[in-house]
Amino acid sequence: MLSLEMKSSVAIATVAGFVVLSASSAIAQEKMERPDVAFGEVITEERLALWNIDIMTPTGGNLPAGQGTVAEGEEVFAETCAACHGEKAEGGPMFGTMVGGIGSMTESPRILTPGSMYPYAPILFDYTKRAMPLDNPQSLSDDEVYAVTAYIYHLNGLVEGDFIANSETLPEIQMPNRDAFFEDDRPDTQAERCMENCRPIGTVADASNSKN
Amino acid sequence: MREVREEEINSHLANTTTTAPKESEIELSSSRRKFLKSGMMMAGAVVGGGVALQARAQVLEVPESNKTMGQPIPETDYGMPIEFENHVKRRRSDVLVNRQNYSDWSMTPLHQQVGITTPNGLFFERHHNGVAYIDPDVHQLAIHGLVDRPLLFSMNDIMRYPSVSRFHFLECSGNTLTDWREAQSTTVQQSHGLLSCAQWTGVPLSWLLAEAGVRPEGKWVVFEGADGSGHLRSIPLEKVMDDGLLAYGQNGEMLRAEQGYPIRAIFPGWEGNTNVKWLRRIKVVEEPIHARGETARYTDPMPDGKWRQFSMEMECKSVITNPSGGMDLQGPGLYEIQGFAWSGNGTITNVDVTTDGGVTWHEAALEEPVMSKCLTRFRYRWTWDGAPSKIASRAVDNTGYVQPTVEDLARSREIVGFVQHHNGIFPWSVSQNGEVRNAIA
Repeated sequence: MLSLEMKSSVAIATVAGFVVLSASSAIAQEKMERPDVAFGEVITEERLALWNIDIMTPTGGNLPAGQGTVAEGEEVFAETCAACHGEKAEGGPMFGTMVGGIGSMTESPRILTPGSMYPYAPILFDYTKRAMPLDNPQSLSDDEVYAVTAYIYHLNGLVEGDFIANSETLPEIQMPNRDAFFEDDRPDTQAERCMENCRPIGTVADASNSKN
Repeated sequence: MREVREEEINSHLANTTTTAPKESEIELSSSRRKFLKSGMMMAGAVVGGGVALQARAQVLEVPESNKTMGQPIPETDYGMPIEFENHVKRRRSDVLVNRQNYSDWSMTPLHQQVGITTPNGLFFERHHNGVAYIDPDVHQLAIHGLVDRPLLFSMNDIMRYPSVSRFHFLECSGNTLTDWREAQSTTVQQSHGLLSCAQWTGVPLSWLLAEAGVRPEGKWVVFEGADGSGHLRSIPLEKVMDDGLLAYGQNGEMLRAEQGYPIRAIFPGWEGNTNVKWLRRIKVVEEPIHARGETARYTDPMPDGKWRQFSMEMECKSVITNPSGGMDLQGPGLYEIQGFAWSGNGTITNVDVTTDGGVTWHEAALEEPVMSKCLTRFRYRWTWDGAPSKIASRAVDNTGYVQPTVEDLARSREIVGFVQHHNGIFPWSVSQNGEVRNAIA
């Protein structure tokens, strides 16, 4: 049913004329030059309109037209989301809370919710539109996604009850975790290759004991 | 397939083995029997049992298989392992249990893997909304955004390019996350099983992006899957052009559905979820999009409420797989300590093994081939004197990076909640009666 026999034979037939670059080590894996071919079909961005759903979340770029209110979001949530996430997004049979946790980042545990964790509010729109509900993803209209986004941020105390989410208002929400992120700065350890009379392998508890 | 019973295994081994039965025998609790059985079969030892013992004093009989015709060759077939290996399975973890099995994972039995390639049916899984089912005849891949020519590819188009094949490991950023402060995992499958290795075949992503013509302002590239989660990650253009691969093949056959059939991205050495499966869209952008999967997930808790982001490389790591948690040593004597080492930053140059908890280390032998961003097997011959011991491995890669302890990691990171990128040295304790246990804490 999913046979690719024909395609494989085509691939083999076209393989010709490579240049294998010099190997930098004994076991280097081959790196080949790009062949002078172009098999992709040139298309327009317009044809990709239904696929092009990713949001540039820091700016809200690519957020679609449409809008939704907190009240509308409450209805969408009750119908579509509450069964897994709980009646007021406090956590349900499938997933944990989506409310609260603001101020918990210096505590243990950190409570991770859209309100406490997301640095940019449009992240919730992007994720809900592409991935929710789990059993019927990409089934909500843009208005419904805006509405349920407004509702969740309202439950987190980040917007008032009269908030209307759209491409202008959503990126404006001030997210408490906005400045908590920094780019990878590893390596962050400098272990040495001690062979004899070394310090025994330590534990996480050893690290906190010596910190105190 | 039927389940294989204990007696059948014993009978089979007694009839076919050419190795003398071991002196010692062990009584196995029923919960661990299956696991231990596999370990011993790998080591070529014999499970003590009635048949084997009775046979010891007698002339060996001609095995039944010498006296019968074998199975005929089927007209067509996809060969499967013999039923005696039915216990070798990918398993969902029972250490950290999700309440649904769509955004979930299953783990590779590393202690039962021989050699560096993971069989496709045992390759670990991590999905965000289950396994997508995609007909290659209708699948399409788009490249667009900051390019001169947006392009659309059918699978036929993709298969027309010359192909390259490379061996690389894949490791989930969350591998080993249950074992920081407490020793929660029993087996190495539970502690390290979000790790596998395969030979990947496909087309360099740099060729396709060059065909589309990346504009000068394009610096990052979004890769998006055609699965129910629409999983996506922003990847720096530099990595994509360096060694990114559009893979359709895995270990000599087309990808399994669980691995993204018909195509996925492979970013050698980078955390598993960047290797987007069921790939349908590549979009060149100026800046990362900061999706949920690169802010609220797949970020690392750091001191003072901070989060480390875009921590892509899976740093140098190793673990002993034999003997490992849940196994039993059969009395003092020679044991070959075996395991895997790997680095997302390059090639493994050294692996050291300790049997005294880290006071003394001995250089292990590395088994060829040793390849960049690929599993490397190490081995070290250890004569166990029967005293309680703590064994562990420590890997070094060609950047000079030395695998740290969890103590080292905890000094710079905040070990709170769902902590990823655990590449700490992983000790196993061996008790006086030979029981091997997780000793991370």
